[in-house]
Amino acid sequence: MHGLINHSFQSFMRDSYGERAWLEVAARAGITPPSFEAMLSYDDAITPAVLNAMALVLRRSSDEVMEDIGTYLVTHPNTEAVRRLLRFGGMNFEDFLYSLDDLPDRARMAVSDLRLPAIELHSHEAGRYSLICESPIAGFGHLMMGVLRVMADDYGTLAVLDLEQSETGRETVQIQLIETDYSNGRVFDLGARAS
Amino acid sequence: MTYAFSPTVLDVLCPMHLTLDAGGVITHVGPTTQKLRPDLTLVGREFLETFQVMRPRGITTLDQLWETRHIKLHLEMKGNPPARLKGILVTDSTGAAIVNLSFGISILDGVRDYALTNADFAATDLAIEMLYLVEAKSAAMEASRKLNLRLQGAKIAAEEQAFTDTLTGLKNRRELDQVLERLLAANVRFAVMHIDLDYFKAVNDSLGHAAGDHVLRVVAKAMIEETRATDTVARVGGDEFTVILPEVGEIDVLERIGRRIIDRIKVPIPFNGHQCEISASIGTVWIQNSKSATRETVMEDADIALYASKNEGRARQTFYSPELRKTANSAAPIKGRGGIKSQA
Repeated sequence: MHGLINHSFQSFMRDSYGERAWLEVAARAGITPPSFEAMLSYDDAITPAVLNAMALVLRRSSDEVMEDIGTYLVTHPNTEAVRRLLRFGGMNFEDFLYSLDDLPDRARMAVSDLRLPAIELHSHEAGRYSLICESPIAGFGHLMMGVLRVMADDYGTLAVLDLEQSETGRETVQIQLIETDYSNGRVFDLGARAS
Repeated sequence: MTYAFSPTVLDVLCPMHLTLDAGGVITHVGPTTQKLRPDLTLVGREFLETFQVMRPRGITTLDQLWETRHIKLHLEMKGNPPARLKGILVTDSTGAAIVNLSFGISILDGVRDYALTNADFAATDLAIEMLYLVEAKSAAMEASRKLNLRLQGAKIAAEEQAFTDTLTGLKNRRELDQVLERLLAANVRFAVMHIDLDYFKAVNDSLGHAAGDHVLRVVAKAMIEETRATDTVARVGGDEFTVILPEVGEIDVLERIGRRIIDRIKVPIPFNGHQCEISASIGTVWIQNSKSATRETVMEDADIALYASKNEGRARQTFYSPELRKTANSAAPIKGRGGIKSQA
């Protein structure tokens, strides 16, 4: 798994619960030294081990933890770059949803060895969409739920999200748009620089 | 076949364009073009008064401007802030013209200076993708740069450890060899002192290794203090040390440094209520011309001089001379440093 993904899990723990909480997770997951380099690659087995350790330490289900990570990625000042890069995807929330099909390609353009899980958007009538997530990391759909909830707010769109899990483990986020100009949303300044 | 497109069509296809009549007067501006000068009425102004053609050079008349059809233009929009643009001019059968504009490589400045948004670019324009890439690549580069800095720090620390004797903090033989090779290659004057502790084995045997280690640390500190900052002090064996002294112009300097080291090491070292009494024997080579010298010959000469000091009654410094080699040869076979150690 790419270090960026493991590193973002680490940042989530540190920024949300403090250095000690992260060290406890790292110790439980057997990460020595207890730090991930964003620009290196790690064994695939490490990521689920870290996720399980986080769920244990936080006494929450790993699905809940994944959704919190999704929220963290697009709200915390330390990961502002993620939110900005996602906002490049479109001018409104629907545009943005369609841009998710390109997300793995966009990620690979930025960091050539970064492989994001494949996601596929299907649109139905009356503002209904479903986002199919095929991921080697269980709970990736929950992470996307966290991301989408925040991004809908960001675009000033009111949307209801739901997660369905098939027997084969495929996760689908069901999206129902209620109002596309519900609020002003957050400003996206093309020329600004993420810190 | 000709197509007549209304200005609104052009506004969608190329929002950063303007149209000119046959007299070179602006007749329409696209919405993004207007954003460059929001407070200015551009329609009705002469193109050449509004824009300066930077390339091709020397375009000042309308006739010259029409000649630039289908050639990539480098333009600067007058006023503040000056906008550097790329452009292309085409004319139709009536003599009217369309000039399409782009920021080219100045896209980042353009977007910032004029607060442009996705909506200001044509749907087919790659400007937004370009901005995305610049931002994504900058973030990735920054992450790589930080990684490189951390790796460099780790490398320096690892090298420091690789060249240091962990017990005393002095340099080790690897570092000594490198310094010596450097000085020999530079063909400069320098000196090498080979120092062996006298009676150290007795301390180790009677008081134990802890006492021995303590003595070695005290001795190392003394050597550092009695040599110059530019000198290299290395521990090269159990109780053997080597000092490399670059840029020694007079033998007096070596006499003095050697004397100070011997005097310091003679001072009994207290350890757990005992006094550890040792001394130092020194063999010194002063190299004034290193042309024929190699690392091996230098160290061997220092060994021979050290051997002479030991033979003369210890706690003294002997300077190497070729005569010593003859004496040494007749007295006992020299088998490198091991030979000397067994004699000591």
